Amino acid sequence: MIDITQDRFLNFFRLDERFPHILCPGCGIGTIMGTMVRAFLDLGISQDELCVISGIGCSSRVPGYLDCDTFHTLHGRALPAATGVKLAKPELKVVVIGGDGDIMAIGGNHFIHTARRNLDITVIVVNNFTYGMTGGQYSPTTPTHEKASTAPFGNVERSFDVCFIAKAAGAMFVARSTTFHVAHLKKMIELALNKKGFSVVEVISQCPTFYGRYQGIGDAVKMLEWLKSRSVDVSKVPDPWQVKDRFVIGVLHDQQEVPPYTELYQSVRERARE
Amino acid sequence: MRQLLSGNEACAIGAIRAGVRFFAGYPITPSTEIAEYLARELPRVGGTFIQMEDEIGSICCMNGATAAGLKAMTATSGPGFSLMQEGIGYSVMAELPCIIVNVMRGGPATGTPTRTSQADVMQARYGTHGDHPIVALCPWSVRECFDLTVEAVNISERLRIPVIVLMDEIVGHMREVVELPEEVKLWQPAKPKPVREEYYHYDDTNNYDAAIASFGEGYRIHLTGLTHRKDGFPTDEPEIIKWNLDRLRAKIEDNRSWLWDLDYQDLGSETVIVCYGSAARSAMEAKHQVELKTGRRIGILRLRMLWPFPSQRLIGLLRSARRVIVPEMNQGQLYREVERTVNLNVSVVSVQRYDGEMLTPEEIVAAI
Ligand SMILES: Cc1ncc(C[n+]2csc(CCOP(=O)(O)OP(=O)(O)O)c2C)c(N)n1
Ligand code: SF4
Repeated sequence: MIDITQDRFLNFFRLDERFPHILCPGCGIGTIMGTMVRAFLDLGISQDELCVISGIGCSSRVPGYLDCDTFHTLHGRALPAATGVKLAKPELKVVVIGGDGDIMAIGGNHFIHTARRNLDITVIVVNNFTYGMTGGQYSPTTPTHEKASTAPFGNVERSFDVCFIAKAAGAMFVARSTTFHVAHLKKMIELALNKKGFSVVEVISQCPTFYGRYQGIGDAVKMLEWLKSRSVDVSKVPDPWQVKDRFVIGVLHDQQEVPPYTELYQSVRERARE
Repeated sequence: MRQLLSGNEACAIGAIRAGVRFFAGYPITPSTEIAEYLARELPRVGGTFIQMEDEIGSICCMNGATAAGLKAMTATSGPGFSLMQEGIGYSVMAELPCIIVNVMRGGPATGTPTRTSQADVMQARYGTHGDHPIVALCPWSVRECFDLTVEAVNISERLRIPVIVLMDEIVGHMREVVELPEEVKLWQPAKPKPVREEYYHYDDTNNYDAAIASFGEGYRIHLTGLTHRKDGFPTDEPEIIKWNLDRLRAKIEDNRSWLWDLDYQDLGSETVIVCYGSAARSAMEAKHQVELKTGRRIGILRLRMLWPFPSQRLIGLLRSARRVIVPEMNQGQLYREVERTVNLNVSVVSVQRYDGEMLTPEEIVAAI
């Protein structure tokens, strides 16, 4: 007998022709995709009122597997495209997913401005500390000194804290989780989806093919152990923004909602008509 | 109602009359008045104006609004047009109908913001990477800024393509008394098949004007800038790559004959001026001056659509010409197109001006 929830879960994917997917064995992105879909299902978000949008990268391939409206845009440009969709159809639930390169490097400017404008969009940043799709180059989140295909002698740049930037730029809700903490991750995604306004979930994810290899961490299982041992819950640290050597997971910022852009613009329409 | 309008205002009014309800842009001289007008007027008609963080954001935001079913546009000038190129390629690839207005100024780089130019003619055609044709319209008067913006919207909707409106600083800032039509004819796209399972986003029957669904209509569509199949999903199979690119080409090539838009007088003459945009105004004056002085007729052929270039029409229309003059405010960009189109025994003369000043009738008279 088919489990009803399993059936609903599978129905959320474009199973007919889109699988097998292109992700490497052991990649964390599949976990994030599955967890995201479970969050959609548990919150009762219908496939016909959802638009999942991405840029370019391994993480950005997720929308192509989902059976809802999906928009695979240009590298770094998921957020302006999502802004256009949200403004045109405010009733749609708009979710953006992308990598640390896509959202924080080439799309970094759009990220801070979409946060500042407070578009009612949930962004899932898949942080694997590298450019997976192009073969393991360093990204804005690669820690200093670490090696990458374009940093053969070690990365001299300092790295971005995705959550810190999101908060500073004006996001309403900011959380971090990892692909090891699946139940926690689902909770974080649900909280973000429920928040009105710009919400961000940074998911630390394993890229065994490149990051795991360059850092000598090892295969997917070793990387998951690494995620587990490196993570600490936000409740256990005095100041999450000061912790440098661990992944602080949990809700890092949750502020009182202010009206999102679409509502404010509706008042512009009313004033314009007066 | 007769009114005094600038070309930029007429363009913005044309957009609203053609049903444009979304504008995303970034301020840049000499196009800013289009954004300013729409910032005020779009919310009055229930539309949306947004000023983005840059032109890359603007074009991508516009593509998003288009994908969600709105008629959308952006306006910019040289530097912004350069930044938009990847996004224009996306509109082409995903087949998103939209309007990009480029009010040309001098370049390269920041160039001359406050002066005129027609130097982006080739960029409009070849600015994006990859192989695909494009449609670009080019008004010469305030009234035409209105008309060709409406036309651009109709073409974009019918062929599901981005359409570029190439104005220039003179046309954008010039003021003329115009009477705008009460009614404009708008292309009515068909409704998509009601059954989701039978719907193909890139259906190639029915001359490419197949009905399209937008986000939020229950069709669960997938848009991508990757080469894709007719259901929208990516592929790298050689036949389908070719099918995809042939389709993008055929949409425009197969519709050339009704797309081409030009205007002419006295084409039986030995000398014909082929011109466009504000330089065509000087060309018209040059024609009159020469005719008055010498009694000799001078032909004039004015292109309202630069791309696709109307080669076959030009071959026919320039049959009896012996000398063709191409005045432009650039280093001879369309001149080469004309030269490779006409007979070898016709001499083609390029009249160029690229110092930011308007090309004068006298300069064209001298060439005649
Ligand atoms: C304008 C542009 N520049 C560069 C690329 C090449 N490119 C594709 S994906 C990618 C980076 C992907 O890294 P990330 O966003 O971190 O995602 P991941 O693959 O790690 O999930 C790059 C640089 C591109 N597609 N477009
Ligand atoms: S390259 Fe890395 S991020 Fe990309 S699919 Fe493979 S494991 Fe995942």
